[in-house]
Order: sequence, then structure tokens, then C-alpha cells
Amino acid sequence: MTSELSVDDSTLVLGIETSCDETAAALVMGGLDVVSSVVSTQIELHADFGGVVPEIASRAHLEVLNPVVARAIVESGVEAERIDAVACTVGPGLIGALLVGVSAAKSLALAWDVPFIGVNHMEAHLYSSFLEDPSLEFPLLVMLVSGGHTMLIEMQDHGCYRLVGQTIDDAAGEAFDKVARFLDLGYPGGPAIDEAALRGDPEAIRFPRAMLNDGYNFSFSGLKTSVMNYVRKHPDVSSDDVAASFQAAVVDVLVTKARRAAAEIGATGIVLGGGVAANSLLREETLGACGEDGIQGFLPSRSMCTDNAAMIAAAGWHRLRSDGPTPLNVGAIPNLRLSFID
Amino acid sequence: MLILGIETATERVSVAIGGHEGVIGLFEVTKGRRHAETIVPAIEFVCRQSGIDLEEISVVAVDVGPGLFTGMRVGLASAKAIAQALNVPMIGISSLDLLAFPCRLTDRVVVPVIDARKNEVFYSMYRQVPGGVQQVSEPTVGPVSELVADLLARSQDVLCVGDGALRYREEILEGFHCEIGGDAQPSAAQLVQLAHARALREDWVNSWEIEPIYLRAPDAKINWSTRATRA
Ligand SMILES: [Zn+2]
Repeated sequence: MTSELSVDDSTLVLGIETSCDETAAALVMGGLDVVSSVVSTQIELHADFGGVVPEIASRAHLEVLNPVVARAIVESGVEAERIDAVACTVGPGLIGALLVGVSAAKSLALAWDVPFIGVNHMEAHLYSSFLEDPSLEFPLLVMLVSGGHTMLIEMQDHGCYRLVGQTIDDAAGEAFDKVARFLDLGYPGGPAIDEAALRGDPEAIRFPRAMLNDGYNFSFSGLKTSVMNYVRKHPDVSSDDVAASFQAAVVDVLVTKARRAAAEIGATGIVLGGGVAANSLLREETLGACGEDGIQGFLPSRSMCTDNAAMIAAAGWHRLRSDGPTPLNVGAIPNLRLSFID
Repeated sequence: MLILGIETATERVSVAIGGHEGVIGLFEVTKGRRHAETIVPAIEFVCRQSGIDLEEISVVAVDVGPGLFTGMRVGLASAKAIAQALNVPMIGISSLDLLAFPCRLTDRVVVPVIDARKNEVFYSMYRQVPGGVQQVSEPTVGPVSELVADLLARSQDVLCVGDGALRYREEILEGFHCEIGGDAQPSAAQLVQLAHARALREDWVNSWEIEPIYLRAPDAKINWSTRATRA
């Protein structure tokens, strides 16, 4: 079966994603053409707790995964027999949540007699931009910003990454969540801050830009602390102004460093990925900076920023082409990392 | 009619294929690699070695618990996916039924006891009926002292089976005189046999209707330092 497999533009991959609190399935053809994409979110199940509760997430994944897969197939309008491979996130993520998807994906692959592909969730986020624009030219500077990561990555080719810089403490998304919780703006924090910031004045408070001119690493824990200190000292301050000023500080640091890194490596463009890539100001500033520097700005559409299975299927297609199928004895790898070249 | 049975509710990973002629193929390991790494290769192995193509399977049976949540879900996710891919119905059977079933020839009350961790056990009580066993108390989870109190209240001749009975042997025997023996873990061999009887009556459900038996609410206390952040 697999030895004769040719991976080309017509190869149809079913992607499955269950690493955190979204249960998703998608069919993508040729690593590019999203035939169908279904996401069932659990945000409401976790909202009362202010964070994802692993056992609640795992139970919900098991309950909805079959219907989500069935719907992705029905919406695609193709027969299940037409599926050429099954790709699934094997990590990083919550172990119990990952295991539901991995077990189901391997079983579907076995029953359909097609290859299984284990996908790195972070790599898949990089591919969410490729789904929108196939004309990307390497090298690219990828800014991966989510609740768990803040990284600048030089993408030299498919599957070939060099780490340029990363956060030394909190991830950008984590800072959004913590500040939103502190300001009582709601959950999840990213969209809540984004919305409040639209009503506030980004220049109302000058929050610090840590390490702005110093290398490519990030630090956001000091910013979070200065937001808290400021609000304690000025209890009557408008939350909207705080949100807007905080967001401006985060985005300023992210875009300044990404831009400088892109220039240094001679990137043809800047690619955004990860949940924070949905942030309005970050999108606007990134595009603006790329325009000024004469390079391309690639923003995944908002629905592709948050966890989805189309990016898993796309990354899976590339992995299948470069490395072939993943053995069926693979398990979930909760702390899986991207592998970088030196 | 061929039935694929998948069992991962305890430490054991067990896969069987059975039909009118009983168990045709069986794979079982109770130590070693984890459930998710073993179960799919095990299904492939049992099929290949018994010369059966997965396409020939007409029902997928699965242990629906109670048991250890993560392992149990690995089996459930696999079983549901295979049933979905093959477009065949499913039969869910309780781990407690599976432990009690091999003791159908004793005249004692059979009490399957499964280790639920956190110093608790899952258990219920069974009596013999023609051709099998019948549950006579609701499945429950609780500390061993609660099990002992239940046993004392009934005060019958009892056989306790299962990994929970073995683990808490001393504590049970201290409080109540009974026999502890039988199987430590449920097996897919029993699963396909019990499912076969139900399959003959077409007593089955669709893959999306299978419900796990948790008996315990999710632990929703959040440890902020290890809490998952949305990515
Ligand atoms: Zn993600």
C-alpha cells in the first residue's frame, strides 16, 4: 500500500485535531485546497473555570469526534473511500485530549487501509498560511504567537526551521489571558482584549516594551506586572484604555522584532500563525510593516488562526510527501517540540 | 457474523475477534507500552494472524467502563472510529459485567471490584441466571470501606474479583469474610462472547450513541500553573 503511494495535488488528506479544546476535522486536497473544515469548540464548557479543564476536554472530544468527522466528510461531498490518508495532531497538547484524536485517527487509517500521519501541532500552525496563499517563497520569517508559544522562526524550506527568538517567560497569548482575567474582561482573553482595545486609547498609558532593541527574544511577564501595578495605583482608569495600551505594547514588541529578523535573514515575507494571529492590531501592524519594507505579509484568515484541522491535513500532506507514513504504534506526545536546525 | 472486541478499561489492552464458533483470535498484554501505542497494531495483528479482513467485521464491541478514564477513552475512540469507518453497529458492555461473566458457574454473589485510583474502587454485585450473570446492584464508585459496608449489609456468600479486589485484599478481608479470586482484568475474549449473544438479538447501537460509564464527575479544580492555555 504505502510503498506505491504517490503524494500529489489530488491526494486527499483527512485532518483531525483534538489537542486542546477544539474538536476538528477537515478534508484538504493536495495540501492546499480546503474541501471541508469543521470545528466544534468547547469554549463554553470551560468558561466557568477560566481555563481548559483537561478531563472535561477529553470527555467532550470523545463525544463529538465521530460526528465532526462525519460532517467533514458529508460537507466535502466526496465518499469516504476517496480519502488517501489520515493526519492527526500527536502533540504538543493535553495528553488525554490528544489520545482521543490519535486513537481515532489511527483506527480510521487502519480500517480504510490508508497511511496515518502524526502531525506536530505547532508546525501545522505554520501551514495555516499556506492554505491561503500557495505562492510563498522561502526563506520566510514566521511569527508563531499563541497561548503557549511566542517564537520567531526562519522557515528555510518545508520542514526546515531555524529558531530565531522566543519568549523567555510568558507567551504572548498567556499575557493576554492573564491581563484579561485581571481586568475582568472575560474568557478567552485574546478576543476580549482585542474588543476592549477598540474602545480604548492605545496611547493612554505608556507600558514598557521589554528588550525592544535587544536581540530576538521576548519577555512579557514584566509587562503583565506593570499593567497590574498601574491599575492598582489608578483604580479609576478605564479598562478599555488599559487593554488598548497593553495590546499596543505587546504588538509593538512583536512587530518590531519580527521586522528586524525578517530583514536580517532576507525573508521574502512575514508569516503569522497561532491563536494571537487573530488579533486585529497585530494583523494591521504586521501588514503595514511588510508594506513599508517591501516584503509580503501572510496572515491566515481568522478561522485558520485558532485550532482547526485544515492546517493539520495540510501539514500532514507535506509530512507524508517528505517522510512517508507514521507507524501505527505512535502515541500522543504532550511536550512535542518543533525540531530546529542550528 | 464476526465481532471485533476492544478492551482497554484497566491496565490491560485486549483485542479479540469472535463469532458463532467462539473466540477466533485474541491479543492481550497487561504490562508494557501504553494503550494508545498498542491497541491499533494489536487489531492489525489479530486480523492478520487469524486471516480476517477488517471489512468482514459486522459488529464492534467495546468495554464502556467503569475504568481508568484515559485508557478507557483510547479503546472507545478506536472502537468508535473503526465502527464508523466500516459503517457497522456497536455493542457497549460494562467492565463489571465482563469481570463477573466468567464466574457464572459459582453460586455465590459475584462482586467485580476495579481499582479506581485515589483510594477508591468501582464495583457492583451479580447473581447467577441461566446462561450468565445479572447485575443486582447499581455500579458505584467509593472507598473500600464503603464496599465493605455494602458487603456486610448483604451478608451473603461472596466472591470478589478484579484488580481492585486484589489491590485492597487485606482491607476487604479485614472487614468481611469472602473469597477473592477470579480474573484481575476484563478480557476482550469475554467481550466478544457477551456481545455475540446481544448481536444475535440485534441489540446494538450506532457508533455515535455509545456512552462511556464514568461514575465520577470530572475533576475541575484548576491548577493555574499547569492549566492548559489555548493555542
Ligand atoms: Zn494551536
